Amino acid sequence: MPLLEVEEVSKAFRGLRAVAGASFSVEGQSITALIGPNGAGKTTLFNLVAGVYRPDRGEIRLRGRSIAGLPAHRVCAAGVGRTFQLVKPFAGLSVLDNAIVGALNGERTVSGARARAVAVLERLGLSGKAEVAASHLTLADRRRLEVARALATRPSLLLLDEMMAGLRPTEIDELVGVLRSVQREEGVTILLTEHVMRAVMALADQIVVLHHGEVIARGEPASIVRDPAVLDCYLGEDAAAGEPGA
Amino acid sequence: MTSDRPADAGDRRRLAPITAFTVAVALLALPLVGSSYLVSVATLALYLAYVGQAWNVMMGFAGQLSLGHSLYVGLGAYVAAGIFVHFGVGPWAGLWLAVAICSAVGAFIGLLAFRLRISGVQLSLLTVAFAELARIGFDHLDWFGGPGGLFLRVADRNHIDLLGFRGPPAMYYYAMLALAAGALGLCAFLLRRRPGYYWRAIREDEIAAQALGIDTFRWKMLAVVLSSAMTAIAGVFFAFYNNSLFPEQIFGFGRSIEIILGPVIGGLGTLFGPVVGAVALVLLGDGTTEILAKAGVELPGARQVVHGLLLLLVTIYLPNGLWPPLARALGVRPRRL
Repeated sequence: MPLLEVEEVSKAFRGLRAVAGASFSVEGQSITALIGPNGAGKTTLFNLVAGVYRPDRGEIRLRGRSIAGLPAHRVCAAGVGRTFQLVKPFAGLSVLDNAIVGALNGERTVSGARARAVAVLERLGLSGKAEVAASHLTLADRRRLEVARALATRPSLLLLDEMMAGLRPTEIDELVGVLRSVQREEGVTILLTEHVMRAVMALADQIVVLHHGEVIARGEPASIVRDPAVLDCYLGEDAAAGEPGA
Repeated sequence: MTSDRPADAGDRRRLAPITAFTVAVALLALPLVGSSYLVSVATLALYLAYVGQAWNVMMGFAGQLSLGHSLYVGLGAYVAAGIFVHFGVGPWAGLWLAVAICSAVGAFIGLLAFRLRISGVQLSLLTVAFAELARIGFDHLDWFGGPGGLFLRVADRNHIDLLGFRGPPAMYYYAMLALAAGALGLCAFLLRRRPGYYWRAIREDEIAAQALGIDTFRWKMLAVVLSSAMTAIAGVFFAFYNNSLFPEQIFGFGRSIEIILGPVIGGLGTLFGPVVGAVALVLLGDGTTEILAKAGVELPGARQVVHGLLLLLVTIYLPNGLWPPLARALGVRPRRL
Protein backbone atom coordinates (compact mmCIF):
# COMPACT_ATOMS: atom_id res chain seq x y z
CA MET A 1 0.00 0.00 0.00
CA PRO A 2 1.34 3.47 -0.88
CA LEU A 3 2.00 5.83 2.04
CA LEU A 4 -0.09 8.63 0.55
CA GLU A 5 -3.01 8.22 -1.84
CA VAL A 6 -4.66 11.21 -3.49
CA GLU A 7 -7.79 10.09 -5.30
CA GLU A 8 -9.87 12.21 -7.68
CA VAL A 9 -9.42 15.28 -5.50
CA SER A 10 -11.08 18.51 -6.59
CA LYS A 11 -11.15 21.97 -5.09
CA ALA A 12 -12.68 25.16 -6.45
CA PHE A 13 -12.56 28.72 -5.11
CA ARG A 14 -15.67 30.73 -6.03
CA GLY A 15 -16.14 28.67 -9.14
CA LEU A 16 -12.47 28.78 -10.12
CA ARG A 17 -11.21 25.23 -10.47
CA ALA A 18 -7.86 25.08 -8.69
CA VAL A 19 -7.56 21.29 -8.56
CA ALA A 20 -9.70 19.09 -10.80
CA GLY A 21 -9.82 15.35 -10.18
CA ALA A 22 -6.14 14.98 -9.33
CA SER A 23 -4.92 11.47 -8.52
CA PHE A 24 -1.49 10.21 -7.58
CA SER A 25 0.17 8.16 -4.91
CA VAL A 26 3.43 8.35 -3.03
CA GLU A 27 5.37 5.23 -2.07
CA GLY A 28 6.99 5.07 1.33
CA GLN A 29 10.69 5.97 1.69
CA SER A 30 10.70 7.96 -1.55
CA ILE A 31 10.87 11.54 -2.73
CA THR A 32 8.09 12.81 -4.97
CA ALA A 33 8.15 16.22 -6.62
CA LEU A 34 4.96 18.04 -7.55
CA ILE A 35 5.73 20.41 -10.42
CA GLY A 36 3.83 22.57 -12.88
CA PRO A 37 3.63 26.11 -14.21
CA ASN A 38 2.43 28.97 -11.97
CA GLY A 39 -1.26 28.61 -11.24
CA ALA A 40 -1.26 24.89 -11.98
CA GLY A 41 -2.75 24.14 -8.53
CA LYS A 42 0.39 22.85 -6.79
CA THR A 43 -0.02 24.97 -3.69
CA THR A 44 -3.74 24.20 -3.43
CA LEU A 45 -3.11 20.47 -3.73
CA PHE A 46 -0.33 20.80 -1.17
CA ASN A 47 -2.62 22.62 1.24
CA LEU A 48 -5.35 20.02 0.72
CA VAL A 49 -2.95 17.31 1.89
CA ALA A 50 -1.73 19.49 4.79
CA GLY A 51 -5.26 20.10 6.09
CA VAL A 52 -5.45 23.80 5.28
CA TYR A 53 -8.43 23.20 2.94
CA ARG A 54 -11.10 20.53 2.78
CA PRO A 55 -11.48 18.96 -0.70
CA ASP A 56 -14.82 19.48 -2.48
CA ARG A 57 -14.60 15.94 -3.81
CA GLY A 58 -12.20 13.04 -3.63
CA GLU A 59 -10.23 11.27 -0.95
CA ILE A 60 -6.80 11.69 0.64
CA ARG A 61 -5.42 8.73 2.58
CA LEU A 62 -2.32 8.33 4.69
CA ARG A 63 -1.47 4.65 5.23
CA GLY A 64 -5.01 3.81 4.14
CA ARG A 65 -6.69 6.17 6.63
CA SER A 66 -8.55 9.23 5.39
CA ILE A 67 -7.07 12.59 6.38
CA ALA A 68 -9.16 14.70 3.97
CA GLY A 69 -10.72 17.67 5.74
CA LEU A 70 -9.01 17.11 9.09
CA PRO A 71 -7.82 20.33 10.78
CA ALA A 72 -4.10 21.07 10.37
CA HIS A 73 -3.09 20.01 13.89
CA ARG A 74 -4.75 16.60 13.46
CA VAL A 75 -3.13 16.08 10.06
CA CYS A 76 0.18 16.66 11.84
CA ALA A 77 -0.77 14.22 14.58
CA ALA A 78 -1.61 11.66 11.88
CA GLY A 79 1.99 11.87 10.66
CA VAL A 80 2.29 14.73 8.17
CA GLY A 81 4.88 17.46 8.76
CA ARG A 82 5.04 20.55 6.57
CA THR A 83 7.14 23.62 5.81
CA PHE A 84 5.97 26.99 4.54
CA GLN A 85 7.31 28.70 1.43
CA LEU A 86 6.95 32.04 3.20
CA VAL A 87 8.87 30.83 6.23
CA LYS A 88 7.08 31.08 9.57
CA PRO A 89 9.73 30.76 12.26
CA PHE A 90 8.75 31.52 15.87
CA ALA A 91 10.89 34.62 15.52
CA GLY A 92 11.24 35.50 19.19
CA LEU A 93 12.23 31.97 20.25
CA SER A 94 15.64 30.40 19.98
CA VAL A 95 16.35 27.91 17.20
CA LEU A 96 16.36 25.12 19.80
CA ASP A 97 13.01 26.21 21.27
CA ASN A 98 11.54 26.29 17.75
CA ALA A 99 12.55 22.66 17.29
CA ILE A 100 11.34 21.68 20.79
CA VAL A 101 7.84 22.98 19.95
CA GLY A 102 7.77 20.58 17.00
CA ALA A 103 9.28 17.70 18.95
CA LEU A 104 6.61 17.99 21.68
CA ASN A 105 4.16 16.56 19.13
CA GLY A 106 5.63 13.10 19.54
CA GLU A 107 7.18 13.31 23.00
CA ARG A 108 5.59 13.14 26.43
CA THR A 109 8.15 15.25 28.26
CA VAL A 110 10.05 18.44 27.52
CA SER A 111 13.36 16.68 28.22
CA GLY A 112 12.48 14.02 25.64
CA ALA A 113 11.50 16.73 23.18
CA ARG A 114 14.75 18.56 23.86
CA ALA A 115 16.79 15.46 23.04
CA ARG A 116 14.82 14.97 19.83
CA ALA A 117 15.23 18.65 18.92
CA VAL A 118 18.99 18.54 19.47
CA ALA A 119 19.28 15.48 17.21
CA VAL A 120 17.19 17.09 14.48
CA LEU A 121 19.18 20.35 14.57
CA GLU A 122 22.35 18.30 14.25
CA ARG A 123 20.93 16.58 11.16
CA LEU A 124 20.03 19.90 9.56
CA GLY A 125 23.40 21.44 10.38
CA LEU A 126 21.95 24.01 12.78
CA SER A 127 23.58 22.80 16.02
CA GLY A 128 25.93 25.77 16.15
CA LYS A 129 22.99 28.17 16.07
CA ALA A 130 20.76 26.44 18.64
CA GLU A 131 20.77 29.38 21.06
CA VAL A 132 20.37 32.07 18.39
CA ALA A 133 16.97 33.78 18.07
CA ALA A 134 15.22 32.48 14.94
CA SER A 135 14.77 36.06 13.75
CA HIS A 136 18.55 36.34 13.31
CA LEU A 137 18.87 33.47 10.79
CA THR A 138 19.54 33.89 7.08
CA LEU A 139 16.82 32.78 4.66
CA ALA A 140 18.69 29.54 3.90
CA ASP A 141 18.93 28.75 7.61
CA ARG A 142 15.28 29.65 8.17
CA ARG A 143 14.36 27.11 5.49
CA ARG A 144 16.49 24.54 7.32
CA LEU A 145 14.73 25.47 10.56
CA GLU A 146 11.37 24.89 8.85
CA VAL A 147 12.51 21.38 7.93
CA ALA A 148 13.97 20.77 11.40
CA ARG A 149 10.77 21.82 13.14
CA ALA A 150 8.56 19.70 10.87
CA LEU A 151 10.94 16.73 11.12
CA ALA A 152 10.96 17.03 14.90
CA THR A 153 7.24 16.10 14.94
CA ARG A 154 8.30 12.61 13.74
CA PRO A 155 6.26 12.65 10.52
CA SER A 156 5.98 9.69 8.18
CA LEU A 157 5.32 12.15 5.35
CA LEU A 158 7.20 15.44 5.06
CA LEU A 159 5.69 18.15 2.85
CA LEU A 160 8.22 20.71 1.58
CA ASP A 161 6.78 23.84 -0.06
CA GLU A 162 9.18 25.60 -2.48
CA MET A 163 12.25 25.09 -0.28
CA MET A 164 14.68 26.49 -2.82
CA ALA A 165 12.90 29.72 -3.80
CA GLY A 166 15.20 32.70 -3.36
CA LEU A 167 18.28 30.68 -2.42
CA ARG A 168 21.71 30.96 -4.06
CA PRO A 169 22.95 28.00 -6.18
CA THR A 170 25.47 26.92 -3.53
CA GLU A 171 22.76 27.07 -0.85
CA ILE A 172 20.49 24.98 -3.10
CA ASP A 173 23.16 22.30 -3.58
CA GLU A 174 23.80 22.16 0.18
CA LEU A 175 20.10 21.87 0.97
CA VAL A 176 19.66 19.12 -1.66
CA GLY A 177 22.40 17.14 0.08
CA VAL A 178 20.79 17.71 3.50
CA LEU A 179 17.35 16.63 2.26
CA ARG A 180 18.78 13.46 0.69
CA SER A 181 20.41 12.45 3.96
CA VAL A 182 17.29 13.40 5.96
CA GLN A 183 15.17 11.14 3.75
CA ARG A 184 17.60 8.23 4.01
CA GLU A 185 18.53 8.41 7.66
CA GLU A 186 15.17 9.39 9.14
CA GLY A 187 13.31 6.96 6.88
CA VAL A 188 10.83 9.69 6.05
CA THR A 189 8.84 10.06 2.83
CA ILE A 190 9.00 13.44 1.11
CA LEU A 191 6.49 15.21 -1.10
CA LEU A 192 7.73 18.56 -2.37
CA THR A 193 6.67 21.34 -4.70
CA GLU A 194 9.52 23.04 -6.47
CA HIS A 195 10.27 25.47 -9.26
CA VAL A 196 14.02 24.94 -9.28
CA MET A 197 14.37 22.08 -11.76
CA ARG A 198 17.96 21.36 -10.80
CA ALA A 199 16.81 20.50 -7.28
CA VAL A 200 13.86 18.48 -8.58
CA MET A 201 16.08 16.37 -10.86
CA ALA A 202 18.61 15.83 -8.09
CA LEU A 203 16.06 14.78 -5.48
CA ALA A 204 12.96 13.20 -6.99
CA ASP A 205 12.33 9.49 -7.41
CA GLN A 206 8.96 10.36 -8.90
CA ILE A 207 7.63 13.51 -10.54
CA VAL A 208 3.95 14.45 -10.73
CA VAL A 209 3.16 17.19 -13.26
CA LEU A 210 0.14 19.38 -12.67
CA HIS A 211 -1.43 21.64 -15.31
CA HIS A 212 -4.72 23.54 -14.95
CA GLY A 213 -5.41 21.52 -11.81
CA GLU A 214 -5.06 18.16 -13.52
CA VAL A 215 -2.29 15.58 -13.37
CA ILE A 216 -0.96 15.42 -16.93
CA ALA A 217 2.01 13.14 -16.31
CA ARG A 218 3.67 11.13 -13.57
CA GLY A 219 6.72 8.94 -13.52
CA GLU A 220 10.47 8.82 -13.11
CA PRO A 221 12.40 12.04 -13.81
CA ALA A 222 14.09 10.60 -16.88
CA SER A 223 10.78 9.76 -18.56
CA ILE A 224 9.07 13.00 -17.46
CA VAL A 225 11.63 15.23 -19.18
CA ARG A 226 10.95 13.38 -22.45
CA ASP A 227 7.15 13.41 -22.12
CA PRO A 228 5.78 15.49 -25.04
CA ALA A 229 2.81 16.80 -23.04
CA VAL A 230 5.09 18.00 -20.28
CA LEU A 231 7.57 19.57 -22.67
CA ASP A 232 4.72 21.34 -24.38
CA CYS A 233 3.09 22.92 -21.34
CA TYR A 234 5.89 23.36 -18.87
CA LEU A 235 9.43 22.30 -19.52
CA GLY A 236 9.36 23.74 -23.01
CA GLU A 237 9.63 27.32 -21.84
CA ASP A 238 12.29 26.47 -19.27
CA ALA A 239 14.28 24.33 -21.71
CA ALA A 240 14.35 27.26 -24.10
CA ALA A 241 15.49 29.61 -21.35
CA GLY A 242 18.22 27.25 -20.15
CA GLU A 243 18.76 26.39 -16.49
CA PRO A 244 15.93 27.99 -14.52
CA GLY A 245 15.71 29.04 -10.91
CA ALA A 246 18.11 30.59 -8.44
CA MET B 1 25.58 39.39 23.59
CA THR B 2 27.81 41.21 26.07
CA SER B 3 31.53 40.58 25.78
CA ASP B 4 32.10 39.84 29.45
CA ARG B 5 35.50 38.65 30.51
CA PRO B 6 35.15 35.17 32.05
CA ALA B 7 36.00 36.38 35.56
CA ASP B 8 33.46 39.16 35.30
CA ALA B 9 30.77 36.76 34.09
CA GLY B 10 31.56 34.43 37.00
CA ASP B 11 31.20 37.26 39.51
CA ARG B 12 27.88 38.20 38.02
CA ARG B 13 26.60 34.64 38.11
CA ARG B 14 27.26 34.60 41.83
CA LEU B 15 25.37 37.87 42.10
CA ALA B 16 21.98 36.37 41.12
CA PRO B 17 21.47 33.96 44.05
CA ILE B 18 22.79 36.57 46.51
CA THR B 19 20.32 39.12 45.16
CA ALA B 20 17.46 36.61 45.28
CA PHE B 21 18.27 35.75 48.90
CA THR B 22 18.56 39.41 49.92
CA VAL B 23 15.25 40.29 48.26
CA ALA B 24 13.51 37.33 49.92
CA VAL B 25 14.79 38.27 53.39
CA ALA B 26 13.91 41.94 52.85
CA LEU B 27 10.37 41.03 51.73
CA LEU B 28 9.81 38.73 54.72
CA ALA B 29 11.18 41.24 57.23
CA LEU B 30 9.51 44.33 55.76
CA PRO B 31 6.41 44.46 58.05
CA LEU B 32 8.61 43.92 61.12
CA VAL B 33 10.85 46.89 60.43
CA GLY B 34 8.90 49.11 58.03
CA SER B 35 6.32 51.78 58.77
CA SER B 36 2.62 51.13 58.17
CA TYR B 37 2.85 53.38 55.11
CA LEU B 38 5.64 51.26 53.69
CA VAL B 39 3.63 48.09 54.33
CA SER B 40 0.59 49.47 52.50
CA VAL B 41 2.70 50.61 49.54
CA ALA B 42 4.48 47.25 49.40
CA THR B 43 1.12 45.46 49.52
CA LEU B 44 0.00 47.52 46.53
CA ALA B 45 3.20 46.67 44.64
CA LEU B 46 2.72 42.95 45.32
CA TYR B 47 -0.92 43.21 44.28
CA LEU B 48 0.06 44.81 40.96
CA ALA B 49 2.82 42.23 40.48
CA TYR B 50 0.27 39.46 41.00
CA VAL B 51 -2.45 40.75 38.64
CA GLY B 52 0.25 41.69 36.12
CA GLN B 53 1.52 38.12 36.24
CA ALA B 54 -2.03 36.83 35.72
CA TRP B 55 -2.58 39.13 32.74
CA ASN B 56 0.84 38.24 31.34
CA VAL B 57 -0.23 34.58 31.03
CA MET B 58 -2.80 35.60 28.44
CA MET B 59 -0.91 38.37 26.60
CA GLY B 60 2.78 37.91 27.36
CA PHE B 61 2.79 34.14 26.93
CA ALA B 62 -0.12 33.33 24.59
CA GLY B 63 -0.25 36.67 22.75
CA GLN B 64 -3.95 37.39 23.37
CA LEU B 65 -4.41 41.04 24.36
CA SER B 66 -7.02 41.68 27.05
CA LEU B 67 -7.76 45.31 27.88
CA GLY B 68 -10.61 44.37 30.18
CA HIS B 69 -9.01 42.45 33.01
CA SER B 70 -10.73 44.68 35.58
CA LEU B 71 -13.74 42.51 34.75
CA TYR B 72 -12.25 39.55 36.61
CA VAL B 73 -10.97 41.62 39.54
CA GLY B 74 -14.42 43.17 39.93
CA LEU B 75 -16.40 39.96 39.48
CA GLY B 76 -14.16 38.10 41.91
CA ALA B 77 -14.46 40.91 44.46
CA TYR B 78 -18.24 41.31 44.15
CA VAL B 79 -18.99 37.57 44.24
CA ALA B 80 -16.96 36.96 47.40
CA ALA B 81 -18.13 40.20 49.06
CA GLY B 82 -21.78 39.63 48.08
CA ILE B 83 -22.11 36.21 49.63
CA PHE B 84 -20.16 37.41 52.68
CA VAL B 85 -22.40 40.42 53.28
CA HIS B 86 -25.69 38.65 52.58
CA PHE B 87 -25.09 35.09 53.75
CA GLY B 88 -22.06 35.39 55.98
CA VAL B 89 -20.09 33.00 53.76
CA GLY B 90 -16.38 33.47 54.49
CA PRO B 91 -13.71 34.42 51.97
CA TRP B 92 -12.21 30.93 51.68
CA ALA B 93 -15.48 29.53 50.38
CA GLY B 94 -16.15 32.70 48.40
CA LEU B 95 -12.77 32.31 46.76
CA TRP B 96 -13.82 29.07 45.07
CA LEU B 97 -17.08 30.56 43.84
CA ALA B 98 -15.28 33.67 42.55
CA VAL B 99 -12.69 31.56 40.73
CA ALA B 100 -15.42 29.33 39.27
CA ILE B 101 -17.51 32.24 38.02
CA CYS B 102 -14.55 34.17 36.59
CA SER B 103 -13.23 31.04 34.86
CA ALA B 104 -16.66 30.50 33.34
CA VAL B 105 -16.89 34.12 32.16
CA GLY B 106 -13.33 33.92 30.78
CA ALA B 107 -14.20 30.67 29.00
CA PHE B 108 -17.33 32.25 27.54
CA ILE B 109 -15.42 35.27 26.17
CA GLY B 110 -12.67 32.97 24.86
CA LEU B 111 -15.18 30.66 23.22
CA LEU B 112 -16.97 33.59 21.62
CA ALA B 113 -13.75 35.17 20.35
CA PHE B 114 -11.82 32.11 19.22
CA ARG B 115 -14.76 30.29 17.61
CA LEU B 116 -15.72 33.42 15.69
CA ARG B 117 -12.02 33.94 14.86
CA ILE B 118 -11.89 37.31 16.59
CA SER B 119 -8.31 38.28 17.30
CA GLY B 120 -5.97 41.25 17.66
CA VAL B 121 -7.63 44.62 18.12
CA GLN B 122 -11.12 43.13 17.85
CA LEU B 123 -10.39 40.73 20.71
CA SER B 124 -9.11 43.62 22.85
CA LEU B 125 -12.25 45.64 22.16
CA LEU B 126 -14.40 42.64 23.05
CA THR B 127 -12.69 42.37 26.44
CA VAL B 128 -13.20 46.12 27.02
CA ALA B 129 -16.86 45.73 26.09
CA PHE B 130 -17.42 42.99 28.68
CA ALA B 131 -15.70 45.01 31.41
CA GLU B 132 -17.83 48.06 30.56
CA LEU B 133 -20.93 45.87 30.50
CA ALA B 134 -20.11 44.76 34.04
CA ARG B 135 -19.40 48.31 35.20
CA ILE B 136 -22.77 49.56 33.97
CA GLY B 137 -24.57 46.36 34.94
CA PHE B 138 -23.39 46.40 38.56
CA ASP B 139 -24.68 49.98 38.89
CA HIS B 140 -28.13 48.48 38.52
CA LEU B 141 -27.73 45.42 40.73
CA ASP B 142 -29.18 46.43 44.11
CA TRP B 143 -28.16 43.12 45.67
CA PHE B 144 -24.56 44.25 45.20
CA GLY B 145 -25.29 47.76 46.47
CA GLY B 146 -25.52 49.42 43.07
CA PRO B 147 -23.68 52.73 42.57
CA GLY B 148 -23.85 53.39 46.33
CA GLY B 149 -21.32 50.64 46.94
CA LEU B 150 -21.04 47.37 48.83
CA PHE B 151 -19.44 47.54 52.29
CA LEU B 152 -17.84 44.81 54.34
CA ARG B 153 -17.98 45.13 58.10
CA VAL B 154 -14.55 45.87 59.56
CA ALA B 155 -13.81 43.95 62.71
CA ASP B 156 -10.94 44.30 65.14
CA ARG B 157 -7.91 45.26 63.06
CA ASN B 158 -5.42 44.01 65.62
CA HIS B 159 -6.76 40.50 65.97
CA ILE B 160 -5.65 38.00 63.34
CA ASP B 161 -8.55 35.94 62.00
CA LEU B 162 -7.18 33.81 59.18
CA LEU B 163 -10.47 32.02 58.49
CA GLY B 164 -12.35 35.29 58.10
CA PHE B 165 -9.35 36.95 56.44
CA ARG B 166 -9.46 39.76 58.94
CA GLY B 167 -6.40 41.21 60.62
CA PRO B 168 -3.68 43.84 60.70
CA PRO B 169 -2.11 45.23 57.49
CA ALA B 170 0.85 42.87 57.88
CA MET B 171 -1.45 39.87 57.40
CA TYR B 172 -2.67 41.24 54.08
CA TYR B 173 0.90 41.98 53.12
CA TYR B 174 2.00 38.40 53.75
CA ALA B 175 -1.06 37.04 51.96
CA MET B 176 -0.25 39.14 48.90
CA LEU B 177 3.41 38.16 49.12
CA ALA B 178 2.40 34.48 49.10
CA LEU B 179 0.08 35.05 46.13
CA ALA B 180 2.70 36.96 44.12
CA ALA B 181 5.36 34.35 44.88
CA GLY B 182 2.92 31.54 44.06
CA ALA B 183 1.99 33.11 40.73
CA LEU B 184 5.66 33.59 39.87
CA GLY B 185 6.37 29.95 40.73
CA LEU B 186 3.38 28.71 38.73
CA CYS B 187 4.39 30.73 35.66
CA ALA B 188 8.01 29.59 35.93
CA PHE B 189 6.78 26.00 36.09
CA LEU B 190 4.38 26.36 33.15
CA LEU B 191 6.92 28.12 30.95
CA ARG B 192 9.29 25.17 31.19
CA ARG B 193 6.56 22.69 30.38
CA ARG B 194 4.41 22.01 27.34
CA PRO B 195 1.98 24.93 27.94
CA GLY B 196 4.83 27.46 27.94
CA TYR B 197 6.24 26.20 24.66
CA TYR B 198 2.82 25.97 23.02
CA TRP B 199 1.66 29.40 24.21
CA ARG B 200 4.80 31.09 22.94
CA ALA B 201 4.51 29.26 19.62
CA ILE B 202 0.90 30.49 19.27
CA ARG B 203 2.01 34.02 20.19
CA GLU B 204 4.71 34.00 17.50
CA ASP B 205 2.78 32.34 14.65
CA GLU B 206 -0.54 30.57 15.06
CA ILE B 207 -0.62 28.94 11.59
CA ALA B 208 2.85 27.46 12.07
CA ALA B 209 1.81 26.27 15.54
CA GLN B 210 -1.16 24.38 14.06
CA ALA B 211 1.07 22.78 11.44
CA LEU B 212 3.22 21.42 14.29
CA GLY B 213 0.26 19.58 15.78
CA ILE B 214 -0.89 22.20 18.31
CA ASP B 215 -4.65 22.49 18.86
CA THR B 216 -4.38 26.27 19.16
CA PHE B 217 -8.02 26.77 20.21
CA ARG B 218 -7.60 24.51 23.22
CA TRP B 219 -4.36 26.15 24.39
CA LYS B 220 -5.65 29.69 23.93
CA MET B 221 -8.70 28.73 26.00
CA LEU B 222 -6.43 27.39 28.73
CA ALA B 223 -4.51 30.69 28.81
CA VAL B 224 -7.68 32.77 29.08
CA VAL B 225 -9.28 30.60 31.76
CA LEU B 226 -6.10 30.39 33.84
CA SER B 227 -5.57 34.15 33.56
CA SER B 228 -9.14 34.96 34.59
CA ALA B 229 -9.07 32.47 37.47
CA MET B 230 -5.83 33.95 38.81
CA THR B 231 -7.22 37.47 38.50
CA ALA B 232 -10.38 36.45 40.38
CA ILE B 233 -8.25 35.64 43.43
CA ALA B 234 -6.85 39.18 43.33
CA GLY B 235 -10.44 40.42 43.32
CA VAL B 236 -11.33 38.47 46.47
CA PHE B 237 -8.23 39.88 48.15
CA PHE B 238 -9.18 43.39 47.08
CA ALA B 239 -12.68 43.05 48.55
CA PHE B 240 -11.49 41.96 51.99
CA TYR B 241 -8.55 44.36 52.03
CA ASN B 242 -10.43 47.42 50.83
CA ASN B 243 -13.79 46.63 52.51
CA SER B 244 -15.75 48.74 50.04
CA LEU B 245 -16.60 48.14 46.40
CA PHE B 246 -17.99 50.55 43.82
CA PRO B 247 -18.62 49.52 40.19
CA GLU B 248 -16.98 52.67 38.84
CA GLN B 249 -13.87 52.19 40.97
CA ILE B 250 -13.29 48.50 40.33
CA PHE B 251 -14.49 47.85 36.74
CA GLY B 252 -13.25 51.15 35.27
CA PHE B 253 -11.12 51.12 32.12
CA GLY B 254 -8.33 52.82 34.04
CA ARG B 255 -8.20 49.78 36.31
CA SER B 256 -7.59 47.49 33.33
CA ILE B 257 -4.82 49.78 32.12
CA GLU B 258 -3.27 49.79 35.59
CA ILE B 259 -3.11 45.98 35.42
CA ILE B 260 -1.22 45.92 32.12
CA LEU B 261 1.21 48.80 32.90
CA GLY B 262 3.38 46.65 35.18
CA PRO B 263 4.11 43.84 32.70
CA VAL B 264 4.52 46.30 29.80
CA ILE B 265 7.02 48.46 31.70
CA GLY B 266 8.77 45.47 33.25
CA GLY B 267 8.94 43.35 30.09
CA LEU B 268 6.11 41.69 28.21
CA GLY B 269 6.23 37.90 28.19
CA THR B 270 9.06 37.67 30.69
CA LEU B 271 8.76 35.96 34.05
CA PHE B 272 10.05 38.82 36.19
CA GLY B 273 8.73 41.67 34.04
CA PRO B 274 5.41 42.03 35.90
CA VAL B 275 7.22 42.07 39.26
CA VAL B 276 9.87 44.59 38.23
CA GLY B 277 7.25 46.74 36.49
CA ALA B 278 4.94 46.78 39.53
CA VAL B 279 7.77 47.79 41.84
CA ALA B 280 8.87 50.55 39.45
CA LEU B 281 5.32 51.88 39.14
CA VAL B 282 4.68 51.99 42.86
CA LEU B 283 8.14 53.21 43.82
CA LEU B 284 8.11 56.09 41.34
CA GLY B 285 4.35 56.80 41.37
CA ASP B 286 3.72 56.76 45.10
CA GLY B 287 7.23 57.95 45.85
CA THR B 288 6.60 61.14 43.89
CA THR B 289 3.26 61.72 45.57
CA GLU B 290 4.86 61.24 48.97
CA ILE B 291 7.76 63.58 48.26
CA LEU B 292 5.37 66.22 46.92
CA ALA B 293 3.16 65.84 50.01
CA LYS B 294 6.18 66.21 52.29
CA ALA B 295 7.07 69.37 50.39
CA GLY B 296 3.58 70.62 51.07
CA VAL B 297 2.42 70.38 47.46
CA GLU B 298 -1.00 68.78 46.90
CA LEU B 299 -1.02 67.63 43.30
CA PRO B 300 -3.88 65.28 42.51
CA GLY B 301 -3.03 63.00 39.60
CA ALA B 302 0.74 63.26 40.10
CA ARG B 303 0.88 59.46 40.35
CA GLN B 304 -0.79 59.04 36.96
CA VAL B 305 1.52 61.61 35.38
CA VAL B 306 4.57 59.73 36.68
CA HIS B 307 3.15 56.44 35.37
CA GLY B 308 2.60 58.05 31.97
CA LEU B 309 6.13 59.43 31.84
CA LEU B 310 7.58 56.08 32.92
CA LEU B 311 5.62 54.30 30.20
CA LEU B 312 6.78 56.84 27.64
CA LEU B 313 10.46 56.54 28.57
CA VAL B 314 10.40 52.74 28.69
CA THR B 315 8.61 52.53 25.33
CA ILE B 316 11.18 54.79 23.70
CA TYR B 317 14.42 53.61 25.31
CA LEU B 318 13.69 50.05 26.52
CA PRO B 319 11.05 48.57 24.21
CA ASN B 320 11.59 45.15 25.79
CA GLY B 321 11.02 46.54 29.27
CA LEU B 322 13.11 47.11 32.36
CA TRP B 323 13.80 43.45 33.12
CA PRO B 324 16.11 42.35 30.23
CA PRO B 325 18.86 44.96 31.00
CA LEU B 326 18.38 44.40 34.72
CA ALA B 327 18.74 40.65 34.21
CA ARG B 328 22.02 41.13 32.38
CA ALA B 329 23.30 43.38 35.16
CA LEU B 330 22.46 40.65 37.68
CA GLY B 331 24.19 37.99 35.61
CA VAL B 332 21.00 36.11 34.80
CA ARG B 333 21.07 34.75 31.26
CA PRO B 334 18.72 37.09 29.34
CA ARG B 335 16.93 34.21 27.67
CA ARG B 336 14.07 35.26 25.42
CA LEU B 337 10.81 33.79 26.64
